[in-house]
Amino acid sequence: MVAVLFSITLIASAGVGAVNMITVEPIAAAKAAATQQALSEVLPAFERTSIDELEVDGLPIRVYTASNGEALAGYAVETMTKQGFNGVVKLMVGFLPDGTVTNVNVLEQSETPGLGTKMTEEGNPLLASIRNRKLEEKKLVGGKLAVTKDGGDVDALTAATISSRAYVDAINRAWMAMTSVKEGTRPTDVATGATVQHTEQTEEPAAREGERDE
Amino acid sequence: MNKLQIITSGILKNNPTFVLVLGMCPTLGTTTSASNGMGMGLATMAVLIMSNLVISLIKNLIPDKVRIPAFIVVIASFVTIIQMLMQAFVPALYASLGVFIPLIVVNCIILGRAEAFASKNGAFDSILDGVGIGLGFTLSLTAIGAVREILGSGAIFGYALGTADVMPLVFVLAPGGFLTLGYLMVLFNKLAKK
Repeated sequence: MVAVLFSITLIASAGVGAVNMITVEPIAAAKAAATQQALSEVLPAFERTSIDELEVDGLPIRVYTASNGEALAGYAVETMTKQGFNGVVKLMVGFLPDGTVTNVNVLEQSETPGLGTKMTEEGNPLLASIRNRKLEEKKLVGGKLAVTKDGGDVDALTAATISSRAYVDAINRAWMAMTSVKEGTRPTDVATGATVQHTEQTEEPAAREGERDE
Repeated sequence: MNKLQIITSGILKNNPTFVLVLGMCPTLGTTTSASNGMGMGLATMAVLIMSNLVISLIKNLIPDKVRIPAFIVVIASFVTIIQMLMQAFVPALYASLGVFIPLIVVNCIILGRAEAFASKNGAFDSILDGVGIGLGFTLSLTAIGAVREILGSGAIFGYALGTADVMPLVFVLAPGGFLTLGYLMVLFNKLAKK
């Protein structure tokens, strides 16, 4: 009895292991392709990126600094918040070198369908409020962006104030992270408590583990 | 029972959703749109066919006392394999169904068919049973998903019908899931009795 169950689990785990060996590379490639895709949707054309990993308010934020040769092309920030209606919301925010927001892409959300999920739609009020704008020129509340209900001037989604606040919270975090990378306030930024880990990256996904600079 | 009957019984007489009322958790969870329901149904069908086949082949080797753990190990392995294959080769589908794939392991339809059919019948019949029940599950989930998507978000398979603003949103949310399931179940059983 024990022997039979043992051999079944042994064969099953061997099978799973074999499939894992076949799929581990395509999965990594698919993830890298998805990252590149997400980057290209929020940034102008670029040749290479370097990654900075920060922690803002205890949440991991990733800043991709894109450049063409020596010229800076922009920053893409993979940011997140836990304030969503159903938990985590992840965004990819693109900034030009001067701080103008180019685009925001929702990477992950589990908001209420038809209400909070409107944040994923092209041209929704949240995105429209900040797109092609410099965030420091917006009406700030305590140095941060806020929805109109909280005294700011970001238009919230209809009937989805919590989701809208979450979105703005993630944007604020992206902005802080981008600023601290841009100004080179590392390794620890006093204002954000951000700690930075810097890695260089070229276009090839295979070279992701590339050499470290710093 | 002839071969064709095995398949049709899975869709009609033993329809897992509307007659056996099995696997309600993924049914309610994934049917917010027609395409999600269909994806979940197809993934379940793939696991069901493979687990039915393997369990019917090894049924005589498994001692009665440990048959449930043995079935679960077989099912869980297939689910993990399908999950990895989807992640590698259809990442877009994986992104929309990701959380529900591991739930297939505890889907009572699969363990139920392993226990009720595959452990008593031959390999070929078990595959047919997997196809039949799988199709029944897929069609039911697609139907529920389509009704909820049309009524709740004014679209079908992602194509907007232009009625999004006037439709009652509740059908996409959990209460609408229960309502739709209930009414479709009544309708199905009324039609099936004739």
